Amino acid sequence: MALSFSSSLSSSRPLLRRPASAPRSSRALTVQAKIREIFMPALSSTMTEGKIVSWVKSEGDRLSKGESVVVVESDKADMDVETFYDGILAAIVVPEGESAPVGAPIGLLAESEDEIPLAKAQAQSQSKSETQSQAPPPPPPPPPAADASPPSSPPSAPAPATVASSRTVITPYAKKLAKQNKVDIATVVGTGPYGRITPSDIEAAAGIQTKKPAPASPASAANGVAAAPAATGTPPAARVLPEIPGSTVVPFTTMQSAVSKNMVESLSVPAFRVGYPVTTDALDALYEKVKPKGVTMTVLLAKAAAMALAQHPIVNASCKDGKSFTYNSSINIAVAVAIDGGLITPVLQDADKLDIYLLSQKWKELVKKARSKQLQPNEYNSGTFTLSNLGMFGVDRFDAILPPGQGAIMAVGASKPTVMADSEGFFSVKSKMLVNVTADHRIIYGADLAAFLQTFAKIIEDPDNLTL
Amino acid sequence: MPSSISFSLSLASPAISSGSHSALQPPSCNSALRFCGLRRGTIPFRAVNPVRSWRARKTSPLRVSAVISANGSPSKGFDYDLVIIGAGVGGHGAALHAVEQGLKTAIIEGDVIGGTCVNRGCVPSKALLAVSGRMRELQDEHHLKTLGLQVSAPEYDRQGVADHANNLALKIRNNLTNSLKALGVDILTGVGTIVGPQKVKYGKVGFSETEITAKDIIIATGSVPFIPKGIEIDGKTVFTSDHALKLEWVPEWIAIVGSGYIGLEFSDVYTALGSEVTFIEALDQLMPGFDPEIGKLAQRILINPRKIDYFTGVFANKITPAKDGKPVRIELIDAKTKEAKDTLEVDAALIATGRAPFTKGLGLENINVVTQRGFVPVNEHMQVLDANGDLVPNLYCIGDANGKMMLAHAASAQGISVVERVCRKENVLNHLSIPAACFTHPEISMVGLTEPQARDKAEQNGFEIRVAKTSFKANTKALAENEAEGLAKLIYRPDTGEILGVHILGLHAADLVHEASNAIALGTRIQDIKFAVHAHPTLSEVLDELFKSAKLNTGASHSVNEPVAA
Repeated sequence: MALSFSSSLSSSRPLLRRPASAPRSSRALTVQAKIREIFMPALSSTMTEGKIVSWVKSEGDRLSKGESVVVVESDKADMDVETFYDGILAAIVVPEGESAPVGAPIGLLAESEDEIPLAKAQAQSQSKSETQSQAPPPPPPPPPAADASPPSSPPSAPAPATVASSRTVITPYAKKLAKQNKVDIATVVGTGPYGRITPSDIEAAAGIQTKKPAPASPASAANGVAAAPAATGTPPAARVLPEIPGSTVVPFTTMQSAVSKNMVESLSVPAFRVGYPVTTDALDALYEKVKPKGVTMTVLLAKAAAMALAQHPIVNASCKDGKSFTYNSSINIAVAVAIDGGLITPVLQDADKLDIYLLSQKWKELVKKARSKQLQPNEYNSGTFTLSNLGMFGVDRFDAILPPGQGAIMAVGASKPTVMADSEGFFSVKSKMLVNVTADHRIIYGADLAAFLQTFAKIIEDPDNLTL
Repeated sequence: MPSSISFSLSLASPAISSGSHSALQPPSCNSALRFCGLRRGTIPFRAVNPVRSWRARKTSPLRVSAVISANGSPSKGFDYDLVIIGAGVGGHGAALHAVEQGLKTAIIEGDVIGGTCVNRGCVPSKALLAVSGRMRELQDEHHLKTLGLQVSAPEYDRQGVADHANNLALKIRNNLTNSLKALGVDILTGVGTIVGPQKVKYGKVGFSETEITAKDIIIATGSVPFIPKGIEIDGKTVFTSDHALKLEWVPEWIAIVGSGYIGLEFSDVYTALGSEVTFIEALDQLMPGFDPEIGKLAQRILINPRKIDYFTGVFANKITPAKDGKPVRIELIDAKTKEAKDTLEVDAALIATGRAPFTKGLGLENINVVTQRGFVPVNEHMQVLDANGDLVPNLYCIGDANGKMMLAHAASAQGISVVERVCRKENVLNHLSIPAACFTHPEISMVGLTEPQARDKAEQNGFEIRVAKTSFKANTKALAENEAEGLAKLIYRPDTGEILGVHILGLHAADLVHEASNAIALGTRIQDIKFAVHAHPTLSEVLDELFKSAKLNTGASHSVNEPVAA
């Protein structure tokens, strides 16, 4: 079953916008650069977004009305989507395997070859704005000049048939990887047999860590060829420990790999720790009061830390290059949250400025997003100080590992009734909580941390300011 | 076309036919004789006109109802009733049925029993594909994870895989041989040559030859891989399926020339075992034999996401095996303009450009038969035609050697049809009812016409066709297996409910197609089969849904009586 996509005209002059059903004859009279957007169609009433299964046509292919252009996967089935218009597929905005919401542009259709550069520029700006919020993109390679530039030659067989005339030999999978990662094959030097470009060459060029051993390794081993030297890009193999019989090896998920990487990185930072006991009777009383309003202990502690940081900006600073202090203009408290199979640190931005009710509301949203894995990068990587609380498990004290790019992290234990003696020698039972801060000693010294903790303890012990 | 007429006339209701046929059918005991694992009808094949054959049977004497356990005695003046040249699946199927019909039968084989299918084709390739399917599953981390499974770094032992394929071929070959021996079929060793009408000689090369006479002779010599000119086979780096099935090594990069069944299945095997594959296809589209829609979907599932690229519209003009430290070189030329297109340098090349009939040494010249493009010309009864287009009496040709439909089970069906005819029972095999399958992961299967073929036929004969489709995505069992990619497609006549073609791509498609092929063979129409019940949840519900989704014109009559409640 073929469906047709709705398409709109975005002509270079908005004034000339015309309905999609404009008769062809009148269009032929006006000579205007016309670029049509190909939208993600709604293939069912329940469909909110669709995945591009494959592009039937490649960039530069000429399309005629009624031809299938793209295959879209809906919640029910894969469907061919055909075009209402003749033209040239100028640019693919959403590549194969990616999803787009219904109505979002997924490709651009140019009416003639002259409009292709314009469409390409439009596509680039579109994809740029799209990826901006994503993780920092790799430096964009120079525009693939050779890619589809000779549109004058008739589009012969499918894309794979066009191979550079120079004797660059590239394996099928390497070719696919290069396309996916936008690696310009001309810049890659092949290291495979007979100097051919192999998938690992492309991975190295794209800066991808090889996830698993080269898939062809069993083949080469079976072939009697000596196993290839360690794949490029992987760190020198660690000492191999003897395997305990019956053990199972479970590879890291992406998140777990990220955690592992950060933890190893932290070893290059000279960190030290300072502990401090804090009485929490007043805080607990406040908590009881604000709890019905949806305020959590985490938010109270974050707010308290933020207020203390406002008075001690050095603890909110970070050391990026080992040569300078970087003072952060805002106080963003990252809070460690354990989620299924991993750890993530949603960030309460401007925690010093917002009141606890607003913070609580934000926190609730963040946690919800974190659990459904929908946090945006700036919602988990913009922290300037981290709070980690294991008090709810009854942990009385622990120390935390400093995350890269931050100056300090606070580890909070449980608040427990403790017998205390005051300066007069009177005993009393008060709730005491041990707080332990790990900091980067290149920028934060012992006295800085002590002063910060003192302020923090004061805020907790007299928490009225928290509600201001 | 008799077959299409028969469908519209067909009155064979299950109630009637089961009642009146059961007495005529040879007892279907003796199953020990038929466990060879090959497709082989246990019921006499009756693809044709059910009305006519039923009548024919009714008037013919019940001469074959006894349990057959021994080869019959020959007709007067002949050594044998039937001599079959070639003990492949076609010859085997014909021999079994001939004995069942009481004919004294001999089979001549110059190589090994089982022919291409068992020794160098379908059978060992299924062993490799069984491995590749599992390997693919174990390698698909995402797929396993959604099932809650964890497997780390699956590996394989090439020799172990190769042994599995070899052992399977050996086992099936033994089964086949034993089934022939158990029936008392004489297995004559050597190359069979026709010396004249009803006369065959056979013998091993260099030994004396024996001449025998037979009332009827069936040629079932099969085929060999076709190697286009310019391609140099060394059996190591440039090879055919014959060598590839031994799996002596797994190249890192292999070019497969031809993207039909054989090429596609090998691409499945090689990519699962870690190779990268480049297809070279002379036509403008990959998988040219398939229904275009299925081909497109197959490309999306079986080609694009794998480590495969392809060149279409090109010939491999020259292929030089790897030697002196140089890789395999493949020179490509444009299939139409013949201009040089490109040169590939790969580790190995598999030539899967189809199969050529094997008729060498058959002595066809002795009976004035001239092959056409190598194939033995036959009529619809598989009777051999001579150079003048006249029938050669008592000589038949089945299977790949006649080129009608180069499939093992088609050969077997043709053999059975010939035996029926030899026993004076009218029988024309309906080739449109013969299913075909490609055992990739997921599988592809089909029966009948493709959509373009059906449209042509509809236009010529002035009827309307319609197409119904269902997706595996809606099937519970497929979803449970997490293998919901796939499509089933039905091409039918809305005026009569006749099934013209069914094409399936999806999990176990090869097993699913038989409901449709049986329906075509028996003339069952959609309005009837849609009432058949399928167990839930099974993959067979894909076809159930397919039949139910067909929209027939009002007034399409039922071929069977309405089901009656007991």
